[in-house]
Formats: sequence, C-alpha cells, structure tokens
Amino acid sequence: MKLAGWGRFPVMDAQVYVPRDLAGIQQLVASKPSVIARGCGRAYGDSAINSSATIDMRRLNRMLAFDPKTGQLIAEAGVVLSDIIAAFLPRGWFPTVTPGTKFVTLGGMIAADVHGKNHRKHGSFRRCVDWIDVMGADGTIQRCSREGHVELFEHTLGGMGLTGIIIRAAVRLRTIETGWIRQTTIPAPNLESAMTALERAHGSTYSVAWIDCLGAGINLGRSLVFLGEHANSPDLPAHRSLHPFTTPDKRKLSLPFNFPCFALNRFSLRAFNTLYYWAGAWNRGEKLVDWDSFFYPLDAIAAWHRLYGRKGFAQFQCALPLNRSEEGLRALLQTVSKARAGSFLAVLKRFGPQESRFSFPMEGYSLALDFPITTKTSGLLANLEQITIDHGGRFYLAKDSRMSAETLRASDGRVESFVRMRADSGWKNSFQSAQAERLVL
Amino acid sequence: MAHKFAAHGHPIQLAARQSKKLDAEKANLQIRYGVPVTLHEFDALLPETHAEFLAMLPELPAIAVSIVGMMGSQEGSERDYLLASCIMRSNFEGPANILSLLANRFEERGSGTLVGLSSVAGERGRATNYVYGSAKAGFTAFLSGLRNRLAKRGVHVVTVLPGYVATEATESIHLPARLTAQPSEVAERIVVAVERKKNVIYVRPVWRLIMLIIRLIPEAVFKRIRI
Repeated sequence: MKLAGWGRFPVMDAQVYVPRDLAGIQQLVASKPSVIARGCGRAYGDSAINSSATIDMRRLNRMLAFDPKTGQLIAEAGVVLSDIIAAFLPRGWFPTVTPGTKFVTLGGMIAADVHGKNHRKHGSFRRCVDWIDVMGADGTIQRCSREGHVELFEHTLGGMGLTGIIIRAAVRLRTIETGWIRQTTIPAPNLESAMTALERAHGSTYSVAWIDCLGAGINLGRSLVFLGEHANSPDLPAHRSLHPFTTPDKRKLSLPFNFPCFALNRFSLRAFNTLYYWAGAWNRGEKLVDWDSFFYPLDAIAAWHRLYGRKGFAQFQCALPLNRSEEGLRALLQTVSKARAGSFLAVLKRFGPQESRFSFPMEGYSLALDFPITTKTSGLLANLEQITIDHGGRFYLAKDSRMSAETLRASDGRVESFVRMRADSGWKNSFQSAQAERLVL
Repeated sequence: MAHKFAAHGHPIQLAARQSKKLDAEKANLQIRYGVPVTLHEFDALLPETHAEFLAMLPELPAIAVSIVGMMGSQEGSERDYLLASCIMRSNFEGPANILSLLANRFEERGSGTLVGLSSVAGERGRATNYVYGSAKAGFTAFLSGLRNRLAKRGVHVVTVLPGYVATEATESIHLPARLTAQPSEVAERIVVAVERKKNVIYVRPVWRLIMLIIRLIPEAVFKRIRI
C-alpha cells in the first residue's frame, strides 16, 4: 500500500504488516530481508517506512503493570500516549516528558527520544525511561537499561527503530494535582527579546516561543513566549477544585479535504500570524489553560496536515549550540523571511544539557518550521541546512524527509559511530527504513 | 468488547478456554480503567460443566455477552461429520446452553441483559457456508425466543448480527472494506444496544438492506445463483 509520514511527503509503496503477538513479529523479522517498526506514523518523513516490511506495532498495546508508589508504568510499545493520559490523568499522573501530539506510541517516543516544552528542566524522553525490551535480528528479546546492555539502551533511545524492534518499556509518570496549567504569555517584539524572555524563564517547568516567520527588519523574530506550570489545587477557582482533573470537552475539528495549494499564501499567512500575535499580546499575563490546549493545541484539529495541500509539506527542525544560537537563529529567520516562504508554525525552544549517543537535542536553541512542498522548498531547505551546519547545529530525524547523507554527516559527528554500532551488532541488515537508506545509516 | 464496558465503569469477568493466557489482558484492563477484572475457565463445548462454571463466578454479572463461534470449512464439514457437528455445537449448542443457564438466574433476579453474537449467515442458508449458517440460524431463533420469554421478566436479550468483521479468523480472506467492521466498532455498537435496549442489531446498517434483499429472492431463483 501507499505509505507516508505525517508530512505526507514522500509517499512510498510499502508492505504493511499488523502482527497480533510476539510470534508474529518474530516471524516477520526472520523471514523479511529487513523490517522497520511503525507506530502512529507521526514522524514527518520516511522514518517508519520499509518497502519490504513495515511492522505496524499498534496491536501490541497492553498496559502491563503500574506501581503507584514510584509512578512506573510498564507497557507494550504500541500503547498510545493519549490512552496513557486517559488512564492516568484522572488518578493524578502525567507523562514526565511529552511531545506536541498525544497521538504517538510509546515505542515511537523512545525511538525518536522525543522532547517537550520542559527539555531545559527535565531533558528528553530518555529521562523517564527505566528499561526497554528490544527484539533483535534473531528474534530474541533483550532488556536494556542504564545498568545492563547499556549500549543497546543508549542507541535505542533516539535510534529511530534502527537497533531492533521496541517491544515494551518501563517509564515513569509524574504526579500532578490538577489537569490545569498556569500559562503566562509574554509578547516579544523581536528575536532578541524572545531569547531574553526564554533565558529568564530558566525556573519555569515549561517554556516555548511561537515565532512569526514573516516578520522582517525590526520585527524579525517577533514572538509570543509561553511559560507554564502545573496548577496546584489552590490555584483553581472554586467550581473547578471539586473535580481538578475534569477539563472541558473540546469541540473536535477536522479538515475533511486537502486545502488547495493556493489557499496558504504569504497574504493569508501574514494575516493569520499578525492576528495571532496581537491576540496573544492582548492576552498577555497569566491564565489557567487545560492540559490538552497547553500541550496539544494541534490535536484539536484532526488531520491538520491537510492544510498544506495534496503535495504535503516538509518540516525543518534544527538544534543550535547555545553560544552560536542567536547568530544562527537570526540567519535562519532572515533566510525564511527573504524567501517569503512563511511557515504556519515556527516554534522556538530552549534545550537544556543532553548527553546521548544519537538523540537530537543539545544544549541551546531549537527551531522548527514547516513549509508546503513547492518547487522552491528544496532550495530553501538546503540553505537552512547549510546555515545550521555553519553554526554547529544538527537536525531532528523524526522531522526529516529529504536531507542527504552528506548533510547529516556534516552536521553530526556521532553518525559514524552509530553506523559502526549498527554494522557490528548485526542491526544494519535486519532493521532498515527508507530514511536510513537515504542517509546511509 | 471488555474495553468498552470497562471504560463505562463496569467490572469485568472474562471467561475463555486457557484463561491463563489472558493474564496480560487482565492487567491491561485493570490499569487502563481501574475496574476489577477476574478470569474464569470456560469451554462452550463442554455444556455439562456450565452449571458449575456459573456457580464458581464470584458474582452474577449484570450483563453477559456471548462471543462464541467457529467458522470452520464448509467443504470439510460436508464430508466430515465430526467437523460439522463441532461447528454446529460451537455456534449453537454451547452458547445457547450457557445463555439458558444465565437466563434462569437473571429471571430469578428480575434484571439483566444477555447479548448473543449471531451472524448474518443465519438469515438464509447458502451453498458456501450453510453448516455454519444453519447453526447461527438456530442461535438467532433461540435468542428471539429467549427475548420473547423474558420480556416481561425484566431481562433483555440483544441479538447481534455483525456482518464481516476484521478479526484473526478473517485475516487471510479479502473482505470489501465498506462491509467490514472493526472489532472496536462491533463493541461500541453492542454497548449502545445494551444501553438503549435494542433487540436485533446489524453492526453496519448496510447489512440490514443486503440481508433484506437476500431474504426476498424467491427460492426458485436463489437455488440457481451463487452468492
């Protein structure tokens, strides 16, 4: 069948299997030339596509044990984050680290070593993973952790499924008192003030900035900075404090069709971005927001990726080291602004320190942009890649759909050791994605 | 099925052969929905054990759902008496027997809902699966009679005619997507049917129309066509 990632580019022919149990997965690993595991398909590009055998893991979706003393949840890889939240939020637990969508599997979050708005304080997803069970090329399952099979553990986190099939894992949830977030909105007229606001927010649990990419000149990097803290019971108004985990049901919107490609142009985007900024500036200060709106604003619009039309879109997300961030971000934003290829979503985050074998984050700043696929996109993305490399930055594989193997190597000195590890451990032949082939991993 | 009822806050009793294999599922249901879950050994093909099975249950359930069946091979069952008998007993005798016993207890109590999973194949015998179909036809008639008997006794009976369902049993068969329901869809429809006290439900409404047409074809014509 035709298969694509969330960005709906590229679209490839692939055999998809949906095994019901471990034996089914073992049989596929043994009989197919190579396989890759797939969860909800929320990686943007070709990370979870293997033309000969893509294994949809979503039938392995049982929660196996929960320890209310430590908050440790043991669950199969196909369990979806939204189900974890549905089960545990009413009991006062929340994911320690969550990406910007709740429609991701546990296996997918481990493979991409996802990060959230609290990276600076709590690091990437690895921080809350106690151990992982990984199926190797011979079909046997190894439990790896910080104590045993350390190399497998370290490479599986952020390894994009290229170290074996993630079968189950133990992860820690955190306690919360309510389902609400105290959100502070700070309007920042330009990049410098946005970065200052983020730097000052080092005490905040959650922080993120939305950038208007169409801003140029003195408006370059015009942003809304959002900070958030889990609200405690006394923070809630009286009518909410009786049921602190009950949040209003949201109207579920969906895009039933593809937007025509001309719908998203620089005029409509400029209008949207300007409105959004001034609405945010009007609502500056602190207010209570429910967890779903704060963490997963885009989940409220099912199939929002159709906004970008039939040809799909490309995401660009890079991380820049702290000392070169400002300079790099300025160059990136100037290039985007000059190309007039504004992006609907431009998200700036401040990353904290990170030590890992192949995960994306590094201490500094991360910028995420998306662009509809047009004839100009490829050239623009190549420019952005070069700027990132020149400033010592690297790229997020879960978002990538088109980078070259050379670009990856120029940006990330860890690639060679990852590739060697794959060859030495016998992972290379058995676990392969279209992305790994393109990037020669 | 268990997930949908558990999500509505119902405690769950799962009965099956080799119920030990359901340990992980039991934990899953308990963790996800915070409801008590128990496992019970049950074999539909051993009707003499059913009374004891019922006696061993920690609590008489409020709602009992029978999801028992065996498709088998039509060709095989034309030649093999034992296979044909097994298909008939799995689809009719076994489920009818346990529902009978439950019905008596529910009647005593004066409340409860029984749900029987039958099949559209029971609506008219066809050359390609009439052994299975005849057993389901018997079960459908049984459920209809049971409903009739218990209607004034506070006990409700739901007959479910799912049509095609994407399960392990049908995995290798190519089924038309529009006519094929996902198991979760069947479960959702059953939960709603129990709440609204429906009598006979087709999971996908289009099946009601299809089966109406199939039933209306005169026998003289029907016997000559292959469907």
